[in-house]
Parts: sequence; C-alpha cells; structure tokens
Amino acid sequence: MASAMLSLASASPSASLSLQENLKISWKRGTSSRINFLGSDFSKTKSFTRTSMTVAVKVSRFNDITMAPPDPILGVSEAFKADTHEMKLNLGVGAYRTEDLQPYVLNVVKKAENLMLEREENKEYLPIEGLAAFNKVTAELMFGADNALIQQQRVATVQGLSGTGSLRLAAALMERYFSGAKVLISSPTWGNHKNIFNDARVPWSEYRYYDPKTVGLDFDGMISDIKAAPDGSFVLLHGCAHNPTGIDPTPEQWEKIADVIQEKNHIPFFDVAYQGFASGSLDEDASSVRLFAARGMELLVAQSYSKNLGLYAERIGAINIVCASSDAAARVKSQLKRLARPMYSNPPIHGARIVSNVVGNPELFNEWKEEMEMMAGRIKSVRQKLYDSLCAKDKSGKDWSFILKQIGMFSFTGLNITQSENMTNKWHVYMTKDGRISLAGLSSAKCEYLADAIVDSYHNVK
Amino acid sequence: MHSVIASPADRRLSALIRHLEGSSNAMDSDTITASPASGFPGARNSVFEHVVRGPEDPILGVTVAYNKDSSPLKLNLGVGAYRTEEGKPLVLNVVRRAEQMLVNDSSRVKEYLPIVGLADFNKLSAKLILGADSPAIQDNRVTTVQCLSGTGSLRVGGEFLARHYHQRTIYIPLPTWGNHPKVFTLAGLSVKTYRYYDPVTRGLNFQGLLEDLGSAPSGAIVLLHACAHNPTGVDPTPQQWEQIRQLMRSKALLPFFDSAYQGFASGNLDADAHSIRLFVADGGECIVAQSYAKNMGLYGERVGALSIVCKSADVASRVESQLKLVIRPMYSNPPIHGASIVATILKDKNMFQEWTIELKAMADRIINMRQQLFDALSTRGTPGDWSHIIKQIGMFTFTGLNSEQVAFMTKEYHIYMTSDGRISMAGLSSRTVPHLADAIHAAVTRVV
Repeated sequence: MASAMLSLASASPSASLSLQENLKISWKRGTSSRINFLGSDFSKTKSFTRTSMTVAVKVSRFNDITMAPPDPILGVSEAFKADTHEMKLNLGVGAYRTEDLQPYVLNVVKKAENLMLEREENKEYLPIEGLAAFNKVTAELMFGADNALIQQQRVATVQGLSGTGSLRLAAALMERYFSGAKVLISSPTWGNHKNIFNDARVPWSEYRYYDPKTVGLDFDGMISDIKAAPDGSFVLLHGCAHNPTGIDPTPEQWEKIADVIQEKNHIPFFDVAYQGFASGSLDEDASSVRLFAARGMELLVAQSYSKNLGLYAERIGAINIVCASSDAAARVKSQLKRLARPMYSNPPIHGARIVSNVVGNPELFNEWKEEMEMMAGRIKSVRQKLYDSLCAKDKSGKDWSFILKQIGMFSFTGLNITQSENMTNKWHVYMTKDGRISLAGLSSAKCEYLADAIVDSYHNVK
Repeated sequence: MHSVIASPADRRLSALIRHLEGSSNAMDSDTITASPASGFPGARNSVFEHVVRGPEDPILGVTVAYNKDSSPLKLNLGVGAYRTEEGKPLVLNVVRRAEQMLVNDSSRVKEYLPIVGLADFNKLSAKLILGADSPAIQDNRVTTVQCLSGTGSLRVGGEFLARHYHQRTIYIPLPTWGNHPKVFTLAGLSVKTYRYYDPVTRGLNFQGLLEDLGSAPSGAIVLLHACAHNPTGVDPTPQQWEQIRQLMRSKALLPFFDSAYQGFASGNLDADAHSIRLFVADGGECIVAQSYAKNMGLYGERVGALSIVCKSADVASRVESQLKLVIRPMYSNPPIHGASIVATILKDKNMFQEWTIELKAMADRIINMRQQLFDALSTRGTPGDWSHIIKQIGMFTFTGLNSEQVAFMTKEYHIYMTSDGRISMAGLSSRTVPHLADAIHAAVTRVV
C-alpha cells in the first residue's frame, strides 16, 4: 500500500494509468481494512500509519482554467500607468478628476466622516436591507420627499453595493419572479450591463439608441424596437447622462418612450448613476424617473453614489422598486432580502452612513449641492473648451456641436476602433475602443492637445 | 379569461390564478380585486402580484420577540455578535485608532479598488490565515481576493467552483450555519450533507463523518468549519483533523474552509488556523473563506477574503483572472473602508500586538462564561452531563435542550434563544449566568 502511494506521488501525469484510476485503485485496496477499523478504536489502527503517506494530487484540479481577458475599461488605466510620455492623458477613467487631474474627495464627505468618528458609532451588522436612515433619504432624493408614493409606502428600497450591486439584486429578482421575461438594453450601453444580466441568467436584447450618422439618438429606432419586444419586457433606461454616449432623450421624447412602454405593459428599469452630476441639479436629473412615476407606473430604479458623492470605493447605492400597493412593496422588499442574504448577508455600513449624514443634514446637503454644481460645472466647461478648440483647429467644416449636446461625464466622439487606437498609439490619449472619452479626466489645459489628437485621428486615419 | 398568446403578462396572471386557487390563506381584498379577466393590468394591478412575502429570518425573529418583552430579567442569547460584560457591542480600541488614522489622512482618496480588492489587505490576510512562512505563499501559489466578509467569500468561491470545477456537489456538515445551503445553491452547486453532530454525546459523530466523506464521489467539494463550528461549537481534535485530511486527500475531495473565528475561538490565531495549515502543508489545493466580522469586530463593514491555494503560480494567476469575472457583474469591486482598517492593523507591529491582546480578551471572556455556566449548573445539581458546555468552543453552545424546554425557558424565564437549543455565550455576563442556570435547571427538571 505504501509503495503504491509513493509511486503515485512520483508518477507524472502522462503515466499509463490516469490519476483518477490510480486513486481509485489505492482506495479500493484500502477499503477492506477501512471497513474493519471503522468499527474499532481509530487511534490504535495500523492502517492509518500506512495511509499517512497519502499525498495530495500532483496535478491541479484547476489545470484547465484559461486566463480570462482583462476588463475592457479597467485595462485602459493599467496601460496608461505604464506609459511614460509626458503628454499622456487618461480619458478612460470613469471617475471625476480636478483641473489638476487629481482624484477628489468631497468636503461634505470629509465632514461626515469626522462627525461619524466623533459619535463613536458601533459596527454592528446592518439589517439585510441596509441602513434604514439611508434607505429613507435615498428614496426621497430619487422621487422627491413629498412624493405620494413615498407617503403611501409603495417603494421597496434596499441598500445595494453601488450601482452594480443594485442592478444585480434586481436582475436576481427578475430571474426568480419573471422567468422568461427579458430586459431590453440600449445599443450601446455600459459594458457591465450585459455581464450582470448574463450572470443573473436574465435574457436580454438590444434596442437601437446611438445613431452614428448624427452622433445623436436614433429615436425612431428606439421606439420601434421597444414596440417590437414581447409585452411585459423590462426596459433598461439610463436616467440621465447615458453611458457611454452622453446622449439623453429630450423631455418630449421621454414622454413618448413612457407612452410606448405603457402600451406594451413593459416595466421600466432606470439606471441612475449620475443624479446631480449630469446637469448639476438633483431634481432635474431625476425628472425622467419622476415623469414615469407620476404616471402611476410600476418601475425599478438602481441608484449609485459613486460619482455624485465621490464615494466610488465605498460601494453605496440602492435598488428601489415602485409598486402599485404598499403590500406589494413589502412583499417585494422581503424577496430582495432573500436574494441579498446568500450573496453577502447585509451591506457595508460606512458609505451608507456618509450618505445619510450628508443628505439628512440640511447644512451638509446644501454644501453637497454646491460641490456637485462645481463638479458638473467643470465638466461642462471642458466640453465647451474642447468644442472651441476643435472648431479652431478643424478647418474641414465638420460639425462638432454634438459634444455640447451630450451630457455627463462621457462623450462619444464618433471615432472608430482604429481611430481610437491612433489616439492612444500616436497621441498617448487613453480611451475605450468604442470612441468614448471621459471628460472627467480632461483638464482645460489639455483641451487643445486633445483637439489636435481628435482632428488628426478623425481625418487622417480610416 | 380571454385566450391570448402566453406573454409574460399572461404568465404572471396565470401564476396569480394558481396562487389564488392553490392558497388556503385568506387573501386581502386588494389581491382579489385584481381580476384575471380584466385585460391589461391597470394602475391598481401590480406586476408583482405573484410575489409572495418571504419568511422572516428565524434568528432575527428571536431578537424581535426579545425586544417586545418588558421583563427586566430578559436575556438575548440569540445574538451572533460579541457583547461586553455590560451587554454592549464592542468596537476594538485598535480598530478605532486605525480608523482615526485613516480618516485624518488627507492624502487618502476614495477611488475604486481593483476588482480583487486592496492589495495589501489581500497579502496580509493570506499570511494571517496560512502563516507568514507558508510555502504556498512563498511559491506564489495562493490567490487571495477581498470579498464581502465570510458570506461574500463563500458565494464568490462557490460561483467560481460551479463554473470551473468538474464536480458540482458540495458536502456540508449536519448541522451548519443556516445560510450555507442557500449560498451554495444560489452559487450553482448542489448541496449534500455529511454527519457531524452527535446529539447523544453532544460531540462529534466522527464515525459518521468518515463514513459519509468516505462514500462521497471522488473530487467532491467538502465544506469544513476551520474552528468553532457554528452552531454546535464542536470541533475535531488535531488527531481527527489529520484523519480527515488523509481521507479527503485519498479521495481527492476538495476542502473549502469557512474561517469566521480565527483567534476568536481559542484566543490564539495560529491554533485556530491549525486545521487549514495542516491541509496546505501537504502541498494540496484548498479554498478558504475568511471573515473579520468577529475577530476584528468589523461586522457591518463586511470585510473578508477568499483564498484559493493552487498547485502552481500559473494556475493561481489564471484562477484569479476568473474570480474577477465572477466579481465584476456582482458588485464590480469591494468596499474600501473595512479592508483599510484591517490592513492598517495587520501591517503595524504594535497595532497587531494590541489586536491580539484585545482578541484574546474577547475569547477569554467567552471561555469564562462557559466555565461559570458549567459551575452554576454543577452547584445546582442540575441533572445530566453538562461538560459539553466547556468542551465546545467559540461563540455558540449547543445546549442539547429540546424545543419544549426552550419554549419553557422563554415563557417562564424570559430567556431568548433559537429553538434548536443554541445559545450565544457572547450574550452572557457574570451577572446573568445565575438566571440562565436557574432557567436550565427548571427546564430540565420540569419539562421532559
């Protein structure tokens, strides 16, 4: 027995017997003695000294696993870091940067954290649905504190792990309770949306959204595709500042979108990652969601505080589900909890406390609004400066005004893959291959350089 | 009911009809008004009509009942969190200090962590659980990713295995933490059990354990509680662990450790990691879910780590890349605050020392409560062998009381615990031990 085990240990994977077969044989040999000793005192049996030579398998159980590709968005930052060129520019990052291209922690956040430290709060588990004070203020922020559906308790709100985690919880609910229903997502959309629905096993299809000819919204295509989908589908909508295009429907178009969704009994599902960050106004950026809610529609809203409160790494957000009755909301909330519990049990406290301190304190809330206007303002001003630079440098007469019409952190330049690659290879401007640039990573000092790069790539590269 | 093609709306209505017809519960009037034949749902009908109310968590129900009780003698022994002698939650001094440092450091930012989390935290966590001198770490064979405490680590590990491991069955001990079967089922694994607790001895059913693992298919995954088994408090001895290791390796069973109490069980970090290190020492592969909820008191911060010990550095690197694909669509990247606290403490010699002292104090208080309760029952001459109270380890004790006895203790003595007879020693103090002992004594002598 011992010698069989030793030879197993030194056998290469290409030995005549497969590893599995070797193990089976050695186990079989041990079996009869095992039956004997199981009925007797274990510590005295001799067979254990023989099997003490047992070694673990030589070949990894994970040998067939392939190396996964790098994340298309995060990979950009890594390439940027490796670049030593002095003019390099990181426009892949979906995080706000100051004019000095530094990360920014909001003053209200620092104040809130200091308050929290002073209070010496404990670190007990939150309930599965998260911090109650946070859930209250986040729903009020989204729908308006005086909104009837809050008074009527028709919103099921559960704290989630930022936007991603909130979307995932909703997707898990869809899979369990709306089996077979699919979600319609815009073409293009944030890269991770498809991954989320795939992993949650929710089928999806795309609706037309971006029109490369106009570098604008393909509204007719969008309406047509939403109409063509089976009744009762979920429709994923970006509440404001569409990622990656920066192109939002107008208020009139939102009304028409709501019309067709109601007609088809679809369920609107808003992804709101930029409330306040897009226009600078929290209420204005919530208007699309509130328009739908005001029609008495049931809907889902995933919220994130990553950008608007700069709480990226704290992972704070929420999933809100507006239901026809308070009873339905209570039931839906209980089922969201049943999905969260086997995923992470209960959500992290730190970011939730920061948000509830800022939003729940009138002074801090006002200060937050000012800081948010400042951030949104900087983005708007670099948009303007980029546009001005492009007009000054491009003598071809091409219309660059789409840059001013787009809103939010990102701009879809209209550059194709090879042109985007030229941006990086020749100009050391890092961006995603779909032609998206993050204006949050652009300083006014670099606008002219960027304009040169774009003009060159657009005209000289096919 | 008009006949139409079965759209999702129709499927939901059908589900509602089945629900209404099959249900023996009274429905509220709102639901009955949602007539199936009314065509397209109007404003009063909900697309969530078929969503039933989920059951309340059984452990939380204990606290709810406790809160309602107005007796000054009431005692909450359901709580799975440490309490001081005064019955209060505890934030460790060293944690407060670390937090101060972090918040006061003006150079700190809140940028997204990488998908795998804080690098320092990951390295330090691997060292903590495997030992700083672990050859597996030196060989670069370990991939460690930051996850959301123990639960998150178990879930990410389970999802990874369901996608990439050839055997999709996991064996869990009977009994185990209530959330284990749910985590692994939703991860995509099928769950089986192996015998663990022996109610006759109130100890380990070692023979049953060996038989059940012995008859598991080769390559199956086996969940092991690294120390302080939850809910029984019954752990294998070092000799038994060695036997389990041999058996598992001979059948190529994949060990998946749940380590939620390192340092919290015995008071010694290395002793509580012994079982894991035994397996790693033989050069084989294993998975470890680590939680800092109890041992650093970071419950609500959700700090944990998933480590996969692989055969080679190349395999570890490929495994890590696939873990990222599980994490990204779940929550993108993990929360920074708790992990930063842990890293700050683990990398500083003085703070680490301070932590081990505070950790030992918590463990000692629990061990002390065990002794006090045992002594109190001995003094009262309570019938039965109560030595399991001092033999079991960790936060919980499986008293062996049956559900009638538990109900009696709640009703007559205002003692709140789970109906399986599990009590949290963390909820006891020197002041309340006599009352609990009285209650147990009464239950055992007056209720069969």
